[in-house]
This record gives sequence, C-alpha cells and structure tokens, in this order.
Amino acid sequence: MTHENCIQNHKLADGQAFTDEVILDIDNVTICYSGNPAVKGVSFPIAKNKITSIIGPSGCGKSTLLRSINRMNDFVEGVTLEGKLSYSGHDIYSSEIDPVEVRRNIGMVFQKPNPFPKTIHKNISWGPVINGYTGSTDELVEKSLRQAALWEEVKDRLHESALSLSGGQQQRLCIARALAMEPDILLMDEPCSALDPISTSHIEDLLFDLKSRYTIVIVTHNMQQAARISDYTAFLEMGDLIEFGVTDQLFTRPSKRRTEEYVTGRFG
Amino acid sequence: MNSDLKLASDNIKARHRKAKLFRMFCAGVTWMGAGLLAILLIQVTVDGIKWLDYQFLTSFPSRFPYKAGVKSALVGTLWLIVMIAMVSIPIGVATALYLEELSRKGKFAKLIEINISNLAGVPSIVYGIIGLAIFVRGLGLERSLLSGALTMSLLILPVIIIASREAIKTVPMSIRQAAFALGATRWQTAWAHVLPASFPGILTGVILALSRAIGETAPLIMIGALTYVAFLPEGPMDSFTALPIQIFNWVSRPQQEFHELAAGGIIVLLIVLLTMNATAIFIRQKTEKKLQ
Repeated sequence: MTHENCIQNHKLADGQAFTDEVILDIDNVTICYSGNPAVKGVSFPIAKNKITSIIGPSGCGKSTLLRSINRMNDFVEGVTLEGKLSYSGHDIYSSEIDPVEVRRNIGMVFQKPNPFPKTIHKNISWGPVINGYTGSTDELVEKSLRQAALWEEVKDRLHESALSLSGGQQQRLCIARALAMEPDILLMDEPCSALDPISTSHIEDLLFDLKSRYTIVIVTHNMQQAARISDYTAFLEMGDLIEFGVTDQLFTRPSKRRTEEYVTGRFG
Repeated sequence: MNSDLKLASDNIKARHRKAKLFRMFCAGVTWMGAGLLAILLIQVTVDGIKWLDYQFLTSFPSRFPYKAGVKSALVGTLWLIVMIAMVSIPIGVATALYLEELSRKGKFAKLIEINISNLAGVPSIVYGIIGLAIFVRGLGLERSLLSGALTMSLLILPVIIIASREAIKTVPMSIRQAAFALGATRWQTAWAHVLPASFPGILTGVILALSRAIGETAPLIMIGALTYVAFLPEGPMDSFTALPIQIFNWVSRPQQEFHELAAGGIIVLLIVLLTMNATAIFIRQKTEKKLQ
C-alpha cells in the first residue's frame, strides 16, 4: 500500500484530509484474546515525525493495540490479530516478515522502567551489539544518553549498575536504550505512570526534542499529557476507535459526544 | 446484638488457642528434627574424631584399622564430583532453558515435564540398574569412574532440571520484554539475560543435587564400584571407590575399630559437603551483589 492510498483512506474527524506522511497505517485491526475481542476494527494512520497519543479508559485496548505494532503480543498466548498494519508499505503480520526484524525498527518503552540488571553502559550497547553493530560502543552510549537527556547525570558512573539509578533516570535509560537502536518508530506504553511529576516533565520535554528524528506513539492515562505533547490523538473505548484527530481539535472541539465526556472528565 | 458480640469474642479466644497449639506443634517437630540431627553429628564426632588425622587422609584402606585411611575413597569422590558436574550441569541447565524459554508450550512439553517430575522420585537403586545395563555392559565402559559419573548424572538430572526451571521462572517477564523489544531472539534473550539473572538459583539447585550424588551409595554398589582400592584413579576409565562405599564397607565389619573408622569417614564426607555448600553460598552472594 502506498502512502497516497493511506492518505486517501483516512479522513480526520472533521472531514479534513490527513496530509502528513504516514509511516504506519493501522487498517481495520481486530485483536482477540482467546476469541474475546480487545480491539475491534480500529483504523488510523501514524504520521511520521509526529507524536500520536492513544487515550481511553482502563481496559479499552490501547496497550494491546500498541503492543501489536511491534508484535510484542506474539509472546502472549491466545492472541490473534485480523486486519493489516502496514509499516512503510510492508504488512507487519505477513508471514514473510520476521518479527525480530520488526522489533529492531520499532522500539518500545514500557510502563515500568525495566533496565537490565547490568551496567548503564551495557544496558545501552547490548541491543545494537547483538544486532550486529561493530562501531565504538562508547560513542553510541554517549550519543544515546545525550538524546535521552541523561548523559550529564550518569557520565561518571557508566559502569555502575543501572539499578542504582532513580526511577525517572531508569526510565530515561530505557528510552536511551531504545534510541540506541535508532528505531523508526518509538512506542511508549504509559512511560510516566510510575514516575513523579518532575521526572514526568523531564520525559515530556525529552519527547518534544525527539520528535524531529523519531515517530512516537504513546499510550497514556493522563489526558493533560496527551493534550500537551501529542500532535494526533486516538480515543479508544471498549476496543472501538471513537475518534481520531488533531490533538487540539479532539480536546477543544471533539466531534463525538463520548469523546467530549471523556476529555472533560465526565467518565473514565 | 450483645449476645452475638459475646459469642464472637469467645470464638476469638478459641482461635488464638488453636493457633498457639499449632505453632507449638510445628516448633516441636522442627526441634525434633534438628535434635536428632545434632545427636547423630555428636555421636559421629565422638566416635570418629580420634581417627581423623593426616595419616587417615593419606592412607589406602587396610585390614589393620590403625593403618587404614580414606585416600582412595576421597580422591574417588572428588573425581566423581567433577565428572558428574561436567556431565549434568550443561545437560540439566540446557534442558531447563529449553523447556522454559525456547520450546513451544504444547502437549509434548507437558509430557516431558511430567516425566521429569516422576524421574525425580525414582529410587536410586533403579538408576544403578540402568547404569549397569547401559554404561557398564551396553557401552562397555566397565566399572569405571565414567560409568559411575554417568549413572549419578542420570540420578540428579531431574533435580537439576526442576531447580533450574524454578530459578528461571523467577526472572521477571519485564526483562525478557525489554530484550525482545530491542530485536533480540529468544536465544539471545535467554543467554544474555535470563540465564545470568537466574544463575544464583540454578547454582543452589546444582549444589544440592551434587551433594545428593556424592552421598549416594546404592547406584555405585549396583554398578560395581570396588570396595577395596589400593591405588588412585588416574583417568575416567579407571576403577574407583568413593567415600560412601568405604563407609558402608567399614560399617559392615564386626570390629569396633572399623566402626569408628566409618565415623571418621562420615566426618570427611560431611566436610566435603560443607565445603561445597559454602562455596555455593559464597559465589551466590557475590553474583547477587553484582546484580543489585
């Protein structure tokens, strides 16, 4: 599927055309856990070098949808997916695609910081090294840590355990670790939910900086966060996509009543 | 309402009494076990300590008690430990890793799992018979150290596999997810993260299993380890004896002196065991510190 097709397929909520370059097209995706649908026929595009947030009440399927983008659901038993996820023209779920290849190009940051119980240096260099990186790991580590705005804090203790860092630092380390792979898309599953407000604002600032180089898809519980940082927002409820649109419009002039009720805090 | 409350408080007293009784019962059972063990240890030490000297460790068995020692048995046991470890650890850990991390969880895996659990409960003499049939006779390895080590490895493999699987299960899923999300294969994830993180637990299981192996007598008797050996094994194909066999041999003699020699042998065996466990604890604490 070419990009032109994608753009034609997607109309924003107010009928306005979607004009950004599409890097990933979610097309009529249904995901079931042992036959029970958690995501039902969801379609929306992910724009290149933009931040797209997925919001919705607990259990609406937003994390499930996010994890399907880099095939992390493969590790959960009984998960089946119908529909199509086209990433730069390739169907991610086609039998010719190696899921390992997908995950090399689509990085992920998890809800709880999960650094490896190894040194800070090793946390970052391991991914590129096992994927065949042969250059200087020191340079790579510095570059990744700088991108994640963590370098100044840890430059003197690169060979200490990553578990000695604070929660917010650990999460930025996890972001640096994902960035070291130079992914096309960075998926973030509620990356701030386990962090205090200061660490959260650090990470939000960071996402702004990263936008010029990476495409970011973020699942968040925090509507203010989605409104602050994202360009596009998708609102899911009970596995259905209620509304997808430009963030400002979705929050200020939503076209669906359900969206309005959610973003104004009337439920969820 | 009032009467109901009164009833409830009476009930609480009864429950506390029950809890107290149960706690006393558990404590009693615990102390009984520990007490019996202590009596045994004291008895053995009193009997054997006077025989325990340099001469005892460096002499071959003899029909004169004051000349007899455990040299060949101790060396045989050390050979066995090393060889059993070399055979059983790679196979056991690899099996556990395969079952937990790499295989598809299907009916076949379940079948293997049940079989391994069953094997852990098979009497050791049965392993001796298998060893005799397969290694000693079938493969023509004779009554060698190799036969003994392979038989003992069969015996402790289920224990190593089960303990390693439990250790692997305790590695948090989030570590695996982090590795997978970086484009690691299952094997890369298992090798670089799951195995190191479960190492302390695996080590504990391995040491417990090895301890069991060096205390076993029945399979060695079954495959025909010699009871009187006046030479040291020089390679894996040599015949051998081991501490439990030497002890068994001394105990079955009528003279009081030999019974005391057996006690001395038991002390040596216990020291070997304690050294192994201490080493394991030391390594485990070092690696755990490194992980934190």
